[in-house]
Amino acid sequence: MKVIRSMVLVSVDEASLQLGAQEVFRTFLDEIEAFGLSNQIAVTTIRDVGMHSDLPLVIVYPDAAVYGPVKVEDVHAIVEEHLYKGNIVPSLLAMMSELGPDVSWMRRRRGAMPVQKRVVLERAGIVDPESIEDYIVYDGFQALGKALTQMTPSQVIAEVDKSGLQGRGGAGFPTGRKWSFVASTPGFPKYVICNADESEPGTFKDRLILEGDPFSIIEAMTIAGYAINAQEGYIYIRGEYPLAYRRIENAILQAEQHGLLGDHIFGTDFSFHIHPHAGAGAYICGEETALIESLEGKRGMPRARPPYPTTFGLFGQPTVVNNVETLANIGPILRNGPVWYRELGSPKSTGTKVYTILGNVNFTGLIEVPMGITLREVIDIYGKGMKNDKKLKLVQTGGSSGTIAPASLQDTPMDFDSFRNAGVSLGSGALLVCDEDTCVVDLAKVILRFFRNECCGKCTPCRIGTLRLYEIVSQISEGHASLADLELMSKISEAMSEVSNCGLGQTASTALLDILKYFRAEIEAHIVDHICQAGVCPISMPSPEPDLVP
Amino acid sequence: MEPEAKELDLSSVVEKAVQEHGAERDAIIPILRDINQAFGYLPISALPEIRRRIQIPEEGVFLADSHLYSAASFYQMFSLRPLGRHIIRFCESAPCHVMGGRQVFQTLQEQVGLKPGETSEDQKWSLLTTSCLGVCGVGPVFLVDDDLYGGVSPERIPEILARYE
Repeated sequence: MKVIRSMVLVSVDEASLQLGAQEVFRTFLDEIEAFGLSNQIAVTTIRDVGMHSDLPLVIVYPDAAVYGPVKVEDVHAIVEEHLYKGNIVPSLLAMMSELGPDVSWMRRRRGAMPVQKRVVLERAGIVDPESIEDYIVYDGFQALGKALTQMTPSQVIAEVDKSGLQGRGGAGFPTGRKWSFVASTPGFPKYVICNADESEPGTFKDRLILEGDPFSIIEAMTIAGYAINAQEGYIYIRGEYPLAYRRIENAILQAEQHGLLGDHIFGTDFSFHIHPHAGAGAYICGEETALIESLEGKRGMPRARPPYPTTFGLFGQPTVVNNVETLANIGPILRNGPVWYRELGSPKSTGTKVYTILGNVNFTGLIEVPMGITLREVIDIYGKGMKNDKKLKLVQTGGSSGTIAPASLQDTPMDFDSFRNAGVSLGSGALLVCDEDTCVVDLAKVILRFFRNECCGKCTPCRIGTLRLYEIVSQISEGHASLADLELMSKISEAMSEVSNCGLGQTASTALLDILKYFRAEIEAHIVDHICQAGVCPISMPSPEPDLVP
Repeated sequence: MEPEAKELDLSSVVEKAVQEHGAERDAIIPILRDINQAFGYLPISALPEIRRRIQIPEEGVFLADSHLYSAASFYQMFSLRPLGRHIIRFCESAPCHVMGGRQVFQTLQEQVGLKPGETSEDQKWSLLTTSCLGVCGVGPVFLVDDDLYGGVSPERIPEILARYE
């Protein structure tokens, strides 16, 4: 009989893979074989654990020793000392202080509380994302079983509705209400779409859920299908996420083999099929109607709305479109009940939220915390403070389409309502922290270049507006603008947000307007005095070069 | 000029993609992806080959080559012209930019001697930009073909480029 006494987990997210995780994994297998330990020690892979400074990580259970960064040459020492002799190798451990909160909690002593509240990411980093058995051991498919055997579709919707779950894709629409719209719309077939076209710059929470806990999405989509009476689901994964695609493909296959997806799930009359679908590189396809157009094999251009996808979606049929993170909440809600869920977070914004922390902080990565935490807490506790002890200048929240929060707003609680009142959007959960060396003109230029590139070209205000705004900001950075251009930018922005067809055009100038509001003096210094304090704009260069960007 | 298209049999590549993804509308983008992958770009002659194989269920709705061209010309991962043997895609989104991407991209352009969108004369490199790749935790980031390089500093670039023939 095989008794596994120890488990070795090697991180295999994209970043670890490029730092040699594959070779590390193989070397572990070889070394364990060489020491004759193959019957006692299991080696498996885990996704990214939300930490990025010491990759690839190797975690050895049951000791929960975290080694990193592990090189191929370190493997021998870990196997010999730790796995064979039983002594942790201190010199190879990842520094406790270097570890992100997601990792350090693994090393917590018994009884100590984990720093974060993990609901969506409860399994990520603990289970093997390619094993359905692992998923089932960690409560997987319990929620689906409960829904199919003990609940009616309308009871499922009522539970989700009572939980107060709001869509995590950015708009924050109540999920239960969306489901009930589609359930009550006549017509068949109906479709469930998982929007995994996560393209908002600075956002990778959905990737980590797909890579780390793919079965949870399969389960949640099936529950959604049961709730709205659909038999087909699509998961639209952006083309830049090949690993996530492979994991989902594998999860679908395994779930089908176990009778947890496909025909007569759990032996009931309910059948549901999921089709993975890879995108081909277009930010706009994250907009739900553009995503549907793209699924139908066309250009990803947003439709005019109404009608909304809930009545006229994929192939003209009623369709639910849910974000990955939204779906990842469904299993926990059905298992633990809506009351439990409401106790997390703030009264109006329930549950937890996954954030990505980026930019000039000591630790960049991903956290899941209850709604209502402040920016200061995020930067100090999870970001481990500003890099090089620089001063915080601003935080862009919610990706490139998000707002700019100046340092003065860092004590506002982050939930949908408080942020809305402060004029800040939570959006996709990306928090781009910028220090005092950041030039706001340069930042605005990068953001506007992004929208100029990603605009689909369908409607005029967005097509022309994104181009004109980019041109004007470029002129400011080169010292060829006048103060009147600032008024022009405000006017263009206003027009774009009012008459653009979809969210891209409506939010493309959000950051720009905030920069104009909070940092006007700095922009005027560029225009009037030709001074770029940070020294990054072309006006501050000794010999001005033409802009290289096409 | 489509030299590679001749070596690989276009129609059998299309046929294989249709077998794999099906012959309905929702298979169009995956089929285009497979062909782009096989040839390194999307030969325009593939479009009629695809059109012949796709079935549209509704009456009165038909698929033309122009519909396929419209889709093929929209997405960033498709190229309608041949590219270099190795494709560099540099992330130019804000997080990478803030984390030092500006200097890295400058060095990268100097090292390969190309501006964004260009292909080198010896067909070795194509330098493209891309929007966020979702690995912002390790920015700045770029891709060479399918290999991802994160946390890149200007000094590391020569060593990375030297890995490619």
